[in-house]
Amino acid sequence: MNVLRDYIKSLFLLELWKGLSITGRYLFRKKFTVQYPEEKAPMSPRFRGVHALRRYPNGEERCIACKLCEATCPALAITIEAEPRADGSRRTTRYDIDLFKCIYCGYCQEACPVDAIVETRIYEYSFENRQDAVLTKEKLLEIGDKCEAQLAADIAAQANYR
Amino acid sequence: MTFKLFVFYTFAIVLVASALMVITRRNPVHSALFLVLAFFTSAGIWLLAEAEFLAIVLVLVYVGAVMVLFLFVVMMLDIDMATLRAGFINYLPVAVLVAAVMAVEIFLVVGPGNFGLDVFAPPPPMPADYSNTASLGNVLYTVYMYPFEIAAVILLVAIIAAIGLTMRKRADTKYQNPSEQVRIRKGPDRIQVVHMDTED
Amino acid sequence: MIETMLSLWEWLGENLVIVQILIKIVVIIAPLMLCVAYFTFAERKIIGYMQVRIGPNRVGPKGWLQPIADAVKLMFKEIIIPTGANKTLFLLAPMLTLGPALAAWAVIPFSDGLVLADINAALLYVIALTSVGVYGVLIAGWASNSKYAFLGAMRSAAQIVSYEIAMGFALVGVLVAAGSMNLGDIVRAQQGGGGLFNWFWLPLLPLFVIYFISGVAETNRAPFDVAEGESEIVAGFHVEYSGMAFAVFFLGEYANMILISALTALFFLGGWLSPFAGWPLLGAMTDWVPGFVWFVLKVAFVGFFYLWLRATFPRYRYDQIMRLGWKVFIPITIVWIVVVGLMVVLEMPWWFD
Repeated sequence: MNVLRDYIKSLFLLELWKGLSITGRYLFRKKFTVQYPEEKAPMSPRFRGVHALRRYPNGEERCIACKLCEATCPALAITIEAEPRADGSRRTTRYDIDLFKCIYCGYCQEACPVDAIVETRIYEYSFENRQDAVLTKEKLLEIGDKCEAQLAADIAAQANYR
Repeated sequence: MTFKLFVFYTFAIVLVASALMVITRRNPVHSALFLVLAFFTSAGIWLLAEAEFLAIVLVLVYVGAVMVLFLFVVMMLDIDMATLRAGFINYLPVAVLVAAVMAVEIFLVVGPGNFGLDVFAPPPPMPADYSNTASLGNVLYTVYMYPFEIAAVILLVAIIAAIGLTMRKRADTKYQNPSEQVRIRKGPDRIQVVHMDTED
Repeated sequence: MIETMLSLWEWLGENLVIVQILIKIVVIIAPLMLCVAYFTFAERKIIGYMQVRIGPNRVGPKGWLQPIADAVKLMFKEIIIPTGANKTLFLLAPMLTLGPALAAWAVIPFSDGLVLADINAALLYVIALTSVGVYGVLIAGWASNSKYAFLGAMRSAAQIVSYEIAMGFALVGVLVAAGSMNLGDIVRAQQGGGGLFNWFWLPLLPLFVIYFISGVAETNRAPFDVAEGESEIVAGFHVEYSGMAFAVFFLGEYANMILISALTALFFLGGWLSPFAGWPLLGAMTDWVPGFVWFVLKVAFVGFFYLWLRATFPRYRYDQIMRLGWKVFIPITIVWIVVVGLMVVLEMPWWFD
């Protein structure tokens, strides 16, 4: 009996029709495609884009050159040099992130005790020269200044989970 | 008429040239491909002779199937031409003798004395709706019924013999049997769901 | 104006038949090439839709210029000839794929009497030409001097030779049913008061299915595309091809697909006949539609099936392909040829009376 059933099943292509009917139904489904430059997919507050260095509201840079980010970076993308500033506080003189090495894991952000180094929501960037891929302290601070409102909101939204 | 002659001579030249290439090329794949060309052009000549069934079947069977398998084998083989050509000079006298005898025999059979318009009158031109295939079929299944069937049986025997001679079952090969595989059912044959108590 | 054109046409037919035939060939081939281009577009769109994407939509309005852009791109790319490749054969192979696919259109009737060469052995001619197409693949694989290409060619040659037999047997069934090898007569044999139920797909249903599936295998399309097998042998026989040489292969493959679709429509789906012929209401309503339109619609329908199969099924394993061809299709076709013979001898009503 089973043999007969198998023959009927394979000769009438029953399983194949089942498969065809599924793709046939999907032909008329609403499409998922996001038409990128015009439409953009929604983004999480935890999105890990290009990096930024933040400042306190009074304009003082947050980074205290503890080098935790440098130590935790799995790709060895961060290079920090530090010196005491004229007022005696410890600050970085050099803070470079090599974006060719960076894997955007977000460990630096997690390691930072003062929320100085963060990853922004910016993902549309490109370089025309290889040296542009190294983000210096000035560039990082500049990005931070530009996105401060968004960054503060994202960190506040995620405060409970950190 | 002149155009027909022109086509005939073009095809004839191509046919003879490709036939020569078949036996003179050093690369066996090239030889096989020239043989394909030879079959194709002879099919063209048969078409000119209003034997369209034979012409198309020549292309279908020899070009489409036999030569494909032949090429298949020739391409797969790693032929060492040096050992193959060893002893060429030794066999040359015998080969020349055989070739000469064959040439004379062919000339005696198909020489101008036996063929030609003075021996065979040109066949009357057939009407446009005359079907070569239908008339061949009619003859094949009435007058030549027995020879045809006997030839078919002999070919069948040859197929079975060829398969029987070359088929061997080796115990050490691990091959899959698709007909068993497609008959597998989802429940008992493929996966077995085992219930186990959870451990702490 | 029209009269001068017509008189010129007649003059050509009397004095320069070759020129007249060449013009006819161009009239067939040029739209065919356009169809091939837009068939690739249809493929990308339909498969995209089945995968819940929208497919190409950037070049031109709604992406309609995409195939043109692709063609232009391929034309300006360099044709790289690998070292150690046999140059003549390497360049000959794509033409050998495209040539037979186009030559077979000579005997395809687009409507009643609308055919370039109305020959009696048309069916044999079509089988012969489709079987010649394998040489392009075989030569390409060998001439590329590449292992992947060679493996692809070997697979393809074995597969095509195997499925040709099943295909040929399926057509023998059609031949017995129609009693003619002229494609026009085959279509005319499917005429009747039942409309689409008079066509051969119903009495020859197993042969219809087998012919179409063998056609898919013959054209190396998914799920029988082991000759390309991008996951195993990169792209099979055309790995080494680039630029226009690759494009010609591509054109050949799609022209072959359209050809098989057209042949399926002719043999089993009544060619240019209206599906509603002789029906009480619909028959009268669709009376004005020319046969050519029905033919194109049927070809498009079968072509859509090609794409549907590709979007649905994963690639067949090689030994299963061989099993399907030799141990399933050939026995079924042989059995059904006997059944068809009986039906014709007994003059079964509706189809063969």
